[in-house]
Amino acid sequence: MIDSKIPEGPLTDKWNNYKAKAKLVNPANRKKLNIIVVGTGLAGASCAASLAEQGYNIKSFCFQDSPRRAHSVAAQGGVNAAKNYKNDGDSTFRMFYDTIKGGDFRSREANVYRLAECSAHLIDHAVAQGVPFAREYAGYLNNRSFGGVQVSRTFYARGQTGQQLLLGAYQALLRQVSLGKVVMHTRHEMLELVVIDGKAKGIIARNLETGELERHVADAVVLASGGYGKVYYLSTLAMGCNSSAIWRAHKKGAYMAGVSWIQFHPTSLPQHGENQSKLTLMSESLRNDGRIWVPKTAKDDRNPNVIPEEERDYYLERKYPSFGNLAPRDISSRAAKERIDAGHGVGPMKNAIYLDFSDAIKAQGKDKIEAKYSNLFAMYEKITGINAYKEPMLISPSAHFTMGGLWVDYELMTTIPGLFALGEANFADHGANRLGANSLLQACVDGYFIAPYTIPNYLAGELNTPKPDVNHPAFDEAETAVRAQLDTFLNSKGTLSTDYFHKKIGRLLYEKCGLSRSKEKLEEALNEIKLLKDSFEKDLLITGDDMVNSELEKAGRIADYIELAELMCHDALQRDESCGAHFREEYQTADGEAVRNDKDFCYVSAWEWKGKQQLPELHKEPLVFESVELAVRSYK
Amino acid sequence: MKLYLKIWRQLNSSSKGQMTDYEIDEVSEHMSFLEMLDLLNESLIQKKERVIEFDHDCREGICGQCGVMINGRAHGPLKNTTTCQLHMRSFKDGDTIYIEPFRAKAFPILRDLKINRSAFDSIIEAGGFIGASTGQAPEANSIPISYETAEASFDAAACIGCGACVATCKNASAALFVGAKITHLALLPQGKIEASKRVLTMVSQMDAEGFGNCSDTRACEIECPQGISILSIAKMNAEYTKALIFRK
Repeated sequence: MIDSKIPEGPLTDKWNNYKAKAKLVNPANRKKLNIIVVGTGLAGASCAASLAEQGYNIKSFCFQDSPRRAHSVAAQGGVNAAKNYKNDGDSTFRMFYDTIKGGDFRSREANVYRLAECSAHLIDHAVAQGVPFAREYAGYLNNRSFGGVQVSRTFYARGQTGQQLLLGAYQALLRQVSLGKVVMHTRHEMLELVVIDGKAKGIIARNLETGELERHVADAVVLASGGYGKVYYLSTLAMGCNSSAIWRAHKKGAYMAGVSWIQFHPTSLPQHGENQSKLTLMSESLRNDGRIWVPKTAKDDRNPNVIPEEERDYYLERKYPSFGNLAPRDISSRAAKERIDAGHGVGPMKNAIYLDFSDAIKAQGKDKIEAKYSNLFAMYEKITGINAYKEPMLISPSAHFTMGGLWVDYELMTTIPGLFALGEANFADHGANRLGANSLLQACVDGYFIAPYTIPNYLAGELNTPKPDVNHPAFDEAETAVRAQLDTFLNSKGTLSTDYFHKKIGRLLYEKCGLSRSKEKLEEALNEIKLLKDSFEKDLLITGDDMVNSELEKAGRIADYIELAELMCHDALQRDESCGAHFREEYQTADGEAVRNDKDFCYVSAWEWKGKQQLPELHKEPLVFESVELAVRSYK
Repeated sequence: MKLYLKIWRQLNSSSKGQMTDYEIDEVSEHMSFLEMLDLLNESLIQKKERVIEFDHDCREGICGQCGVMINGRAHGPLKNTTTCQLHMRSFKDGDTIYIEPFRAKAFPILRDLKINRSAFDSIIEAGGFIGASTGQAPEANSIPISYETAEASFDAAACIGCGACVATCKNASAALFVGAKITHLALLPQGKIEASKRVLTMVSQMDAEGFGNCSDTRACEIECPQGISILSIAKMNAEYTKALIFRK
């Protein structure tokens, strides 16, 4: 049985009860304790900076050339907080409820409540760091409403909220570098976790400039390495985003949970050709003013501007009148796919839907729309060559955010003591679907406000345990394994590139374990993945040497993606219900809505790695709801 | 379309590099510039050759990791556009394209088109922050900031740290990068307290990293993907003078 360590007391008091009882480390002792933090996005940078401020020694790692590049930088829309500045009925409980309902009741009440509880303070902190959030003319902070909720609780910095929050965290991190409390390792990739006496005690990292393998030892290891939506190849993620840090930790004993729960963002740009590497996201905030539609007649090839009003199907407004174009992401994405599959798709590849601003421009004037979205319209024109003030945008759903990740308890600790997972790398607060503007929030709250209590609580017990050094046999073993894999890649004699395999696994997952799944398709996928695995071992070709070599870097990530894809399919196959992003075709109502099965599946699926040739083992963490009723999630 | 490419190849920072010729067919106008390089790399792998190393990550113009000189211009021909956002419709069949790394003394070449921009991080380390530790913040609305101030601060804060300003400057000056950070923080009430110390330490670090001086050619402003104004350099100079005069 896995223990989620939820603190005692009523929901509203749990976090305070935890903090009141958490063990502390004497300031004089903190400098004796070392912590490794992998990843410098919002979760990693905020955690590293906050722990360094307390006096711990931090080693921080990122594969990019600077910590400021981590993919949190790309989040556009905003960050939620229950400040109730708009006096429109928001509260901590309301935000908790929206989040847990948005997640289709597949997350832990206590975690989600804590997320809402800490949200207000994050805004305070970000403002203190100099994050230039949008303001009203009187100088107070502005808010907007954002995908899937009925209050305005989203704080934003134009369409670059992630960038601005990340710069705040990055600057806090570099301040600690200048104070000597953080040692920064850029262009380093973690390739193995080192476990000694059952506890996480270090990592093997590859220096991506010299190729050298390095051993790093610590008293605790934090993985804040982001999500794995890039497993689909075409996604909104950065090219370097990968699952390797968490996957290698998984193979060392950390459970993975909610593995197949991947959010497809409803408003990304559609694919236009075979050599495409990326689907650019257009902020969901566009749905506040844009109306989504497809032609009522299938295969209608006319220019959208000449299609008369009565021949347009505003399907979100039709199916979900109370939320309309602001319906949550999973519902909007699935509805888009349904229309596209039914032959109503538009654009050159018939794989898109329209997002139309003509009514908003008529009602508010072009100036107002420009003031809100000019950067997004400019970006759209750069990529597509189309002026969206004059004709509707073409958009389509795209793999975006992984709700799944390393299973963590209330303390954000994985099943390996001393190994913590933060931000998108963990499975925790979002359940089976994440609400818009909650990802920046979760990453920041994990790093600024939760880990700085829970990690010291763990470290307090580590002060008197003997310190391992990098000559420990566990380091030898880990480094040997990494070396062996790199050598296999460098000696590969096949004919196919890493991208070939990445595109293959991506396509396969998109078709069989994507926006909708079925037993039949998932079983097919599992067979195909086996063949792909064999082919990867035989047919891969890596050119170049063991120094700066992007192909060599990609090879390890793809090897992990192929194994991860297998677990995603097992996870999706085992769960005989539809919930959130997990839509099993066998479990739907007559009008195509998801059918959840609370009687049999009200638990988190946590998977244990049993070896290359073995099936993973399922562990169930029952979800107990004391403060909310399990409702059917309806946005009609 | 068919293109003729002349690309800088260099094994490491101490070796000598050279322009190497490549030809590439079947480039579609919808491809991004980096997807065109992906396609070229795929063909190199098929020939069992080492791929062309170039930096990139988000491919949506915000992470700042990509950036090469294209026909002598940082990030290529378009205004306010990163290399990853440049599409092949900006070129035509039969074109010859020169592709080189961003060059500056402070940006040593790692391999091919990949460079080391850690000098930028060192400048931020020297003072490009507000020293607010986690836990210290007052209620967010307790210090109102005018709409205009917040917007002006944002304009400067939008810098993505790509280094195009340095690469395009004949002096390899980092003045726009540093000026943008100084302006972002000095405009905000939260950042004013450390403003004098910040400008002195950051400017001194900028010099120590080997960046050149600003001679007001405005080339940086023209090539900046975020359209950051050289007024931020003026702001930096004003802050610097003020700090020198009032230095205790």
